[in-house]
Amino acid sequence: MAKKNSYQLGQANINSNRGPGRMRIAEKPRDFKGAAKKLLAYGKDILPQFILAFSASVLSVIMTLFGPDNLSKMTNLIEAGMKSGGVDIPAVIRVAIRSLLFYLFASVLILIQSLNLNRASQKLMRQMRNDISHKLNRIPLKSFDSSSFGDVLSRVTNDVDTIGMSLNMASSSVVTSITTFIGCTIMMLLTNVKLTAIVLTCSILGFLLMNVIIKRSQGYFTRRQSYLGLLNGHIEEMYAGHLIVKAYNGEDESREEFEYLNDKLFENNWKSQFISGITFPLMELLSNLGYVAVCVFGAMMAKAGTIPFGTIIAFIIYVRMFTMPMSMVANSITNLQSAAAACERVFEFLDVEEMEDESYKTQRMENIKGDVEFSHVHFGYDPDKIIINDFSANIEAGKKVAIVGPTGAGKTTMVNLLMRFYELNGGKISIDGIDTRDVTRENVHEQFCMVLQDSWLFEGTIRENIVYSMKDVSDEKVVEACKLVGLHNYISGLPNGYDTILSEDSNMSAGQRQLMTIARAMIQNAPLLILDEATSSVDTRTEQIVQDAMDLLTRGRTSFTIAHRLSTIRNADIILVMRDGDIVETGTHEELLQKGGFYSELWTSQFVNAEAI
Amino acid sequence: MFKAIKRMRRQEMMLLLFSIALVLAQVWTEMKIPDYMSSITMLVQTEGSEMSAIWQAGGIMMLLALLSTVIGLTSGYVSAMLGGLYSKHLRSDIFNKVQSFSLNEIDRFSTASLITRSTNDVTQMQMFIAGGLRMIIRTPISVIVALIKIWGKHWQWTSLTGGAIIAVICIVIVVIKYAHPRFRKMQDLTDELNKATRENLTGIRVIRAYNAEDYQEKKFEEANENLSYNMLAAQTIMSSTRPVMRFVNNGLTVGIYLIGAYLINETVGTTEALVTFSEMVVFSNYASRLLMSFMNLEMIFNMIPRASVAADRINEVLDCDLEITDGPETEGVKGKEGTVEFRNVSFSYPGTEGEVLSDISFTAEKGETVAFIGATGSGKTSLVNLIPRFYDVTKGEVLVDGRDVREYNQHALRNLIGYAPQTAVLFSGTVSSNIEYGEGGNHAEDEDSEAEVKRAVSIAQATEFVEKMENTYDAEITRGGTNVSGGQRQRLSVARVVYRKPEIYIFDDTFSALDFKTDRLLRSALKQETAGVTTLIVAQRIGTIRDADKIIVLDEGKAVGMGTHEELMRSCQVYREIAYTQLSEEELA
Repeated sequence: MAKKNSYQLGQANINSNRGPGRMRIAEKPRDFKGAAKKLLAYGKDILPQFILAFSASVLSVIMTLFGPDNLSKMTNLIEAGMKSGGVDIPAVIRVAIRSLLFYLFASVLILIQSLNLNRASQKLMRQMRNDISHKLNRIPLKSFDSSSFGDVLSRVTNDVDTIGMSLNMASSSVVTSITTFIGCTIMMLLTNVKLTAIVLTCSILGFLLMNVIIKRSQGYFTRRQSYLGLLNGHIEEMYAGHLIVKAYNGEDESREEFEYLNDKLFENNWKSQFISGITFPLMELLSNLGYVAVCVFGAMMAKAGTIPFGTIIAFIIYVRMFTMPMSMVANSITNLQSAAAACERVFEFLDVEEMEDESYKTQRMENIKGDVEFSHVHFGYDPDKIIINDFSANIEAGKKVAIVGPTGAGKTTMVNLLMRFYELNGGKISIDGIDTRDVTRENVHEQFCMVLQDSWLFEGTIRENIVYSMKDVSDEKVVEACKLVGLHNYISGLPNGYDTILSEDSNMSAGQRQLMTIARAMIQNAPLLILDEATSSVDTRTEQIVQDAMDLLTRGRTSFTIAHRLSTIRNADIILVMRDGDIVETGTHEELLQKGGFYSELWTSQFVNAEAI
Repeated sequence: MFKAIKRMRRQEMMLLLFSIALVLAQVWTEMKIPDYMSSITMLVQTEGSEMSAIWQAGGIMMLLALLSTVIGLTSGYVSAMLGGLYSKHLRSDIFNKVQSFSLNEIDRFSTASLITRSTNDVTQMQMFIAGGLRMIIRTPISVIVALIKIWGKHWQWTSLTGGAIIAVICIVIVVIKYAHPRFRKMQDLTDELNKATRENLTGIRVIRAYNAEDYQEKKFEEANENLSYNMLAAQTIMSSTRPVMRFVNNGLTVGIYLIGAYLINETVGTTEALVTFSEMVVFSNYASRLLMSFMNLEMIFNMIPRASVAADRINEVLDCDLEITDGPETEGVKGKEGTVEFRNVSFSYPGTEGEVLSDISFTAEKGETVAFIGATGSGKTSLVNLIPRFYDVTKGEVLVDGRDVREYNQHALRNLIGYAPQTAVLFSGTVSSNIEYGEGGNHAEDEDSEAEVKRAVSIAQATEFVEKMENTYDAEITRGGTNVSGGQRQRLSVARVVYRKPEIYIFDDTFSALDFKTDRLLRSALKQETAGVTTLIVAQRIGTIRDADKIIVLDEGKAVGMGTHEELMRSCQVYREIAYTQLSEEELA
């Protein structure tokens, strides 16, 4: 059985704490102020809208605060009327109209506030997402090796949501709550000091008590989240490995683990659920206590004639208005903290060092013949661990280069360097005598056709996939390319032909997908070629078609092939033999065999294999 | 959804009933409190009433407030327990059900969908049972009680309240009709956005190589814009309705007082005026509660469809009939150990028409190596999947140890077999825990499992890289084995089979991810290990299988050739074709 503590906390269910549950786990930012400052600087465009929204919200709270006062006045007028034998109806109507106007005005202000906040926060979110997407294509591939950016990115998309939500809801509720809290206190004090004191004592005592309970409960939330993550992780893993679980009779083992986690989750689950449910009745109690206190003490005072009855009415409403923001603020602060933590992650991503801006480079490679020269190349993914040491080679235009080596020898490193996905640590690579660093990366990329092992297609039509980012490609050219790779008949047979949309689960075979990427490379029609031959997932007959297409592609181009086929290796003009990341030998097939080094050892093992047939 | 609620166990049912009772009690106490406010109002307004009476009324109010809190807390406890228990059992039921699924059922639902059903959908149900159900019960009760309280006071008040309720209902309808669909659409739009991001990430090299950054970004921006607009539209509706709701609520109170002023004015000087006055204070309180309850409708209408979708999806899994069930036998026929026989086997995937395999017959005797070769889609994997009974045949029989696989207890059948799939599966844990995985196999009581693991790893040609890992055999393997390379995963998967020491080995194209050299070393080590054991191999490369005792050539589900390499080279056209594409290059060597 796998060790329990060796599990990684899964983030499988980020959404699970978005349900109707009243509380989220407080995720603490490292530096709240810093995050807030950055966000402020980032969102300075929408700042006016925010200020407008907040001002509207403060004003509307103030308007609302006069409500109870008006109601109190009405009550007093009625009460006075009862005693004097006639209610001053016109006066009551005047107060009622005033009161309604106040409420109307308050509502309009709230409308202004929320519409502005919506617009502003949506704008910010959209901007942020676009910036992230933009950033993604500006950071060096290197950054993707050092950290699991895939993970970070999925968080970043969720984080943007968190930021938007809290800007929209939490920030306005903090403003509203604080204004209400202060305003309410002032209004109460103005109305009656003694009753205010009673309400304040009741509420603050209760609030402190509640805070203690919530503080103590945080642990359950964190644990619930982590067990939920673990459990969901286990479920995912077992479902994904269902075949093996069945084949090895692993059901009991998996069930045992499941039950263990499920029990743990249950324990923390109901406790946290209960505790989050406590807040509401407690708030209600606070409000009720205040209500009763106001009723009783108010009644005493009213009886003694120190206050008019209307004051009680006003206070009953104030009590409710007063207790509400206290629970809201606690909640909003938690949300703002999560948002600040989210902000930190987003800005961390946006602040990752970008690739050098090359707009100052005016030199361009045009009409390249295809001579490639490596001179004294040094490279390491980690600058402290140089894996390619002083590699030099001169490849004339039109030559075929084969890159060979055992699995995991770092054959893709060559692709990375040629394409300038990574920068060299020393030496240079030049094309037709021009150092690739003297021109822009885009200009380097333009010189290459590239077909990689994982035939990456995107969601879009077949035509879009083949044309891709090339401009002004005629339909005839697309058809021609597809005819050359032997895809045309298949595509024409599809109901929508070249306009068939490829989706993730489209029923194109691996071979056809690979042919698509070859067709794409043909449209690109660049003088240099990078080719990854691995076709293990394809059956032999399709493999033949793919190979023919690849051979066609190498014609007239300087080609760098990550070679798996023996014929490619044998026919190569120069072979780069790689082992543990470094290029250990170079030469032609015959030269290398004679040398009797690593290559010949590698070759013999394959030769023996072939001879055995 | 009722079906999902019916799934509750007795204990949960009791909790649910208790929870309903608590809601009733809570609503009652909450509604009772303002009654005493009314008495206090009377007392204050009546000359000469006793202070002690006010204290008494206040005391009762206090008690009621406390009682309401206690009930509220208990109710919270009960629903938390209910939600927790319910989700625990539901999750467990689903998990166990899925564990008993054959590949048939897994294919039908898809793994991804089963995961969502066991995780998110269960969470949805829990939220609904713990929180939503209470609200659904509470709302109508509150409405009824509040209605009773305000009924038959003054028709002017009642009709004003009625008008306010109609206004609120209209707003709720607007929200349900225009905002909810947009909120629902949001998930799809978010998926679109994530898809664009994922696409950009997975294709990053291609994107850069083709200078297609702007192209990708434009796509992302489009998805982003769609999401943004949709969200903004939904939020705008929500934000516009909220202030209106507030205004209606506040306006109602003012209206009640205004009407009250008239009513009192008409009867001024009588006790009726006093009664009206105290009623007015309480009426506005109830009326506003009533309005609140109607506002809750919006949330309920938001919750029910979501929960019911989740419930339906869960029910689909739990109600799914198993197509593969256990037989009674635990042992094969004596003297037939280690044999695999196919008798006129035909097979088609459930719900599809075409046969994937048709009329296949062969026998693998104990100790023999039988290989399967053919183009992609020729049915090789489907064929070997029938042996551990991942699927059932459509026609014919598959016999293991002389007995039809359908007669076996599945556990017992699979104990005889060691199976390595096309794509290696590793679980989170350690190297050792992955190799020792599962139950069964031929292990002696006093076996030194550590040494056995080492032996298996060395046969699988994995010793070198395993011993280079930190903590070697106890090295951590992350979920899905993402911290080792494809070839390494494949070798660990082979080690797992070897460790099991089964009677029958099945390798489903296990060696294709290895380079020639490793492939060769592994196979020669394996040859010694599997001497005397039946081995079935699916392969792409002729080199991998040429030594087999029997090679079966599959083409579109039919066996078009059977025999040794030499025999097939002479007699089988399809085999020769395959051999030539591979040989021609290798002969050049």
